[in-house]
Amino acid sequence: MRALVAGLPARARAVLALVAVLLLGAPFAVDAYVLSVLILCLYFAYTGQAWNIMMGFAGQLSLGHSLYVGIGAYAAAALFVHFDVNPWLGALAAIVLCTLAGLVIGFLAFRFGIAGVYFAILTIAFAEFTRIGFDHWNWLGASGGLFLPVKERGVTDLATLRGPPVMFYYAILALTVGALALSRLLLASRLGYYWRAIREDEEAAQALGIDTFRYKMVAVGLSAAMTSLAGVFFAFYYNNLFPEQIFSMGRSIEIILGPIIGGLGTLAGPIVGAFVLTPLADGITELMQLLGIETPGVKQVFYGVCLLVVIVFLPNGIWPAIARRLGFAPR
Amino acid sequence: MALLEVRSIGKSFRGLRAVHDVSFELADGAIAAMIGPNGAGKTTCFNLIAGVFAPDTGAVALGGRRITGLRPHEICRAGVGRTFQVVKPFPQMTVLDNVVVGALNAAARVGDAEREAWRVLELLHLDAKSQTLAASLTLPERKRLEVARAMATRPRLLLLDEVMAGLRPTEVDEMVAVFRRINHETGLTILLIEHVMRAVMALAAHVVVLHHGEKICEGAPAQVVRDPAVLECYLGEEAV
Amino acid sequence: MPIDLVANVVVAGLLAGLVYGLAALGLSVIFGVVRVVNFAHGEMMTAAMYLAVVLVGLTGIDPLVAALPVGGVLFLFGYALQRGLINAFVTRPEHTQFILLVAVAIILVNVQLMVFGPNARNVQVDYALDSFEIGPLIIDKVRVYAAAAAVLAAGALFAFFRRTLVGKSIRACADNYLGAQVVGLNVKRLYALTFGLGAACVGAAGCMMLLLVDVTPVQGPAYTLLAFIIVIVGGMGSLTGALAAGVVIGMSEALAGLLIAPSAKSMVTFAILILVLLFRPQGLLGRAG
Repeated sequence: MRALVAGLPARARAVLALVAVLLLGAPFAVDAYVLSVLILCLYFAYTGQAWNIMMGFAGQLSLGHSLYVGIGAYAAAALFVHFDVNPWLGALAAIVLCTLAGLVIGFLAFRFGIAGVYFAILTIAFAEFTRIGFDHWNWLGASGGLFLPVKERGVTDLATLRGPPVMFYYAILALTVGALALSRLLLASRLGYYWRAIREDEEAAQALGIDTFRYKMVAVGLSAAMTSLAGVFFAFYYNNLFPEQIFSMGRSIEIILGPIIGGLGTLAGPIVGAFVLTPLADGITELMQLLGIETPGVKQVFYGVCLLVVIVFLPNGIWPAIARRLGFAPR
Repeated sequence: MALLEVRSIGKSFRGLRAVHDVSFELADGAIAAMIGPNGAGKTTCFNLIAGVFAPDTGAVALGGRRITGLRPHEICRAGVGRTFQVVKPFPQMTVLDNVVVGALNAAARVGDAEREAWRVLELLHLDAKSQTLAASLTLPERKRLEVARAMATRPRLLLLDEVMAGLRPTEVDEMVAVFRRINHETGLTILLIEHVMRAVMALAAHVVVLHHGEKICEGAPAQVVRDPAVLECYLGEEAV
Repeated sequence: MPIDLVANVVVAGLLAGLVYGLAALGLSVIFGVVRVVNFAHGEMMTAAMYLAVVLVGLTGIDPLVAALPVGGVLFLFGYALQRGLINAFVTRPEHTQFILLVAVAIILVNVQLMVFGPNARNVQVDYALDSFEIGPLIIDKVRVYAAAAAVLAAGALFAFFRRTLVGKSIRACADNYLGAQVVGLNVKRLYALTFGLGAACVGAAGCMMLLLVDVTPVQGPAYTLLAFIIVIVGGMGSLTGALAAGVVIGMSEALAGLLIAPSAKSMVTFAILILVLLFRPQGLLGRAG
């Protein structure tokens, strides 16, 4: 916690404190629907931050982050369903597996000098490849889905992560805050300087003594590990997993929209982006219901238009624009 | 004793001979210049020393240790700092952060690197710009940033690739004074590629002349500029 | 497994692959010149397929004839898109270009969903069930015609780039942006033309595809991915490479469907992509370096 606020101006601390109080108290003030939206906001704030480490800090564009969500989710869920392993241990397994997956992809790509668009497509390819593989993996339910046993309502069991939405709300809030603290620490550390140097100009970074291969690997591994926890959360919150859903390219795109719209490479950007886009999507759904429009697709068209408007008029994202207006440094 | 030993290095690109059988030595604490017409292979020579490519033939040693075949970051760690002819700042980082990245090469902690960065920025008169994004610097400022970053790595040998190009004469004199001072105070060895003869004559005690990828002459500056082979390659045969 | 069956499947895959190749050609042309990856490529293809469904339904013309007007409409769409929206993003970082085109793709898919609904549409031609018999080979007429049309369209594109002044100017633009501006080429217009041509390619390919498959809005992203894979396997910017890789992917899909399982088709495709990226990142016919 202290790492989170050290060195911030008083005004920023006040804003942060207000946000903290609002978020901590929210479950007591809102209904089940708003709570579910908030959980989704935090979920994307968390995954967005994980992705931001790799792309926003280190400049490596991944369009296949659903791979790590999926592997993390299936790892913990399968251990729980088949061997009754508690999800905290399952999370450990998820972290190990996803870090390995990230490192393998990173090793192959960076050793062979694959970068930019090619790297992005390689990440899509691995995610899609895995999706189809899981579609045929009967032990994990294949395309029919893997389901977690649901206990009776009202019981909160932290050990097995069975409980009401409020428990999941605080869990994902803790993850999000943890990710923010970690990002802030990393950005100010040696690693953070190295990553930004690699993002800006890899050749110049090498000439300054930075082993760019190694630090790109660290970025991919860490980002994958963090994303895996989002997968574990997803599995135990929704209680069902389908390869088609969890590994799809659409999921990967959802993960990266927040940080880009919010402000790539900034600390607050992924969070701001998630809290703008998720309610926007839900708000549009509500609006459509209100207007009595039921044609499929209208909602997404509107969403696409909003996305287009933001990227055309605020190509650096929402947060840097807000921060400048408020007189904060756009971190 | 020689700090840098370059022994008959050569490199071809797709059959085109960029550098062929170039050898020279650089004494510890010396300032030397590498000159030659455009396309003579000077920058390729730098890239061979700094490890951007491995030479097809020959070897490079720093302080008696063979550095041929090491990767660029390892060569930097070994004590070679370099600038790029086409400057490569980190545009979306502040001037200070640019130099901190370089300083982290030798500093144990980020705080130490920051102090070192400030010191180098002051030396190169960039301290007033420390919080500016590198993207918004002018070209002469970017050239100085390039030098500051390389110097912050605390090299034993500094390779400067045309850092005076595009500077006004007074700015050239200022840069010359900075390099002289650093060389004098810290004993830093400097090898520069330079077309600005004003700087070469003022700084270098030793000059290596390349032409068509080969060394055609080396020696003291005054002696080199009178060498018929050098005049020929610069001015064409008729002038001699 | 009877060898006749395998041969038939391979030929069918090859013919479909030529149509894939034409679609990928459009992507390759756009990337090679404008240096923007068209992440809405597959969505433009399904849009063209719907246009063809409507046009064939209204006039009763053959879908292959419809390829001309549909290609024309897509050309105008691509031209306008590049001129009005994408051109401002040409010099921006890749990830912003990506989001821009993802937004365009989302809008395209869902407009199609709004207008045509989620159910599959197709066209009927009277030669749908006819086939040519050559020895042991039995080849569907629709495949032969579609592939022939794709080869014809690709040939026309090659001729355009080699023979015409505009085509040569576009190639000059691709080779050297600054140089092209220096000699007075209107790069903005040439970029828009190129995007239009790329869109026309995928539009025409969509019409040919309609002979082979039904169209639904949600296929768009899958087609986008397929086009990418083909372009990368063939070598970014290599036009013959795109056609050749289209054939390779078409055949491997068909074989995977036969020998493994129909649902494993794209797994083999992705495996090919991964192998090519790792061991020959410049693509099968791309130039090294």
